[in-house]
Amino acid sequence: MDFTGKDIISIKDFSKTEIDHILKCAEKMIPFAKGEKTLTLLEGKILSSLFFEPSTRTRLSFESAMNRLSGRVIGFADPTATSQKKGETLADTIRMADAYSDIIVMRHPSEGAARLAADFADSPILNAGDGAGHHPTQCLLDLFTIFHEKKHIGKQNVVLLGDLKYGRTVHSLAYALSLYGSDLTFVSPKSLKMPREVINECKNLGATPTSTTKIEKALKNADVLYVTRIQKERFPDLEEYNRVVGTYQITMDLLKAVKKDLIIMHPLPRVTEIDPAVDQTNHAVYFKQAFNGVPIRMALLSLVSGVKL
Amino acid sequence: MKPMKIPRIKNGTVIDHITAGNAVKVLRILDIPQKQSFTVSVAINVKSKLGKKDIVKVENREIAHTEVDKIALIAPKATINIIRDYKVAEKHKVELPDTLVGIAKCSNPTCISNGGEPVESRFIVLDKEKPRIQCYYCDREPDDIASRII
Ligand SMILES: [Zn+2]
Repeated sequence: MDFTGKDIISIKDFSKTEIDHILKCAEKMIPFAKGEKTLTLLEGKILSSLFFEPSTRTRLSFESAMNRLSGRVIGFADPTATSQKKGETLADTIRMADAYSDIIVMRHPSEGAARLAADFADSPILNAGDGAGHHPTQCLLDLFTIFHEKKHIGKQNVVLLGDLKYGRTVHSLAYALSLYGSDLTFVSPKSLKMPREVINECKNLGATPTSTTKIEKALKNADVLYVTRIQKERFPDLEEYNRVVGTYQITMDLLKAVKKDLIIMHPLPRVTEIDPAVDQTNHAVYFKQAFNGVPIRMALLSLVSGVKL
Repeated sequence: MKPMKIPRIKNGTVIDHITAGNAVKVLRILDIPQKQSFTVSVAINVKSKLGKKDIVKVENREIAHTEVDKIALIAPKATINIIRDYKVAEKHKVELPDTLVGIAKCSNPTCISNGGEPVESRFIVLDKEKPRIQCYYCDREPDDIASRII
């Protein structure tokens, strides 16, 4: 499988076999991502890290990944520092970065920005989020977390919880897990239900997801629980928000009746969705999940550079 | 068949069976007559067996069907007739191409194609029969295609 020069724009650009390959490569990267061993795979290569919108977690894990591979990073973390403020087009900024580096990672507030950048650059573009559009490396690190913790991805019971309407990570994840034949349960308040288009996409891939507002029953047989944040802004009044947030909070009490090996994931940052007491349990993998951003991005940076892993 | 209300043409192209009321939009999509100096006649709300329709006639110019196919977005039943010496020399139905460039504007205000970049709008055609298009950049499908035509 050859990923040399490939742009990473959307998870939908990948087949299941391709995703499997990326996950296996990421697994090999773990000791290097932890700094236990060193690698010089991308020595002499330069990554442009262009963040037209701040996202500290994603940016740092990309930059850490490039550094762990002995590559170098140039770029900006803050749009106020860029020539975009002076009215330069994205196309021109990309042409410049393309001339200065070998790979470009980009986050941008407009949907489709990564697709456009890919058309203007010879170097591979890694989309680190384009507005409400795609964020494929987040999806891949989520998949990698399940793969790493469960040793495979397949017919597991996966519960996606929280704001399923606006959360793009859960849309991509639902799509990708449908490729793997997972049994999906969508738990959300009525007003934040999984959009019909996403459900139809899952069905087109052969999945039969169920939607519910009740967390307890869904959790009973769950192997994976993916929690997302419910934002205050989505509710007309504070009272309704407080009621909903309370209903879906993951507490020790709620975990009494779950499978022993249930894993709980969260893209972070977390606010009140998960009681901090849960952090100490074996269920909590959200901090490992955050770390997994590094090996998955190391794998991607190496693969698009044409390195054999 | 009733006689045409506009004169027959000797040589050129007749676009027939345009959805009634859409002739002007068809001209706009084809960039007629801005770019050409050919005589163009338009008939709107012509009665026919299948109800009302619009007709466009362009004299002394044979419009390539690849050029005309994009009008299938708003006139999916239109036919293209190439006229030579008053006779229909070629006839075919319009068919949407696989991609449409610079024809419609994306309905997503935060789409990068609406952001002042040096690119034309671009849509992937999902359904050619009942026109459905999707933005190449942001994946958005406009609900009302006709209102998005530039
Ligand atoms: Zn768009």
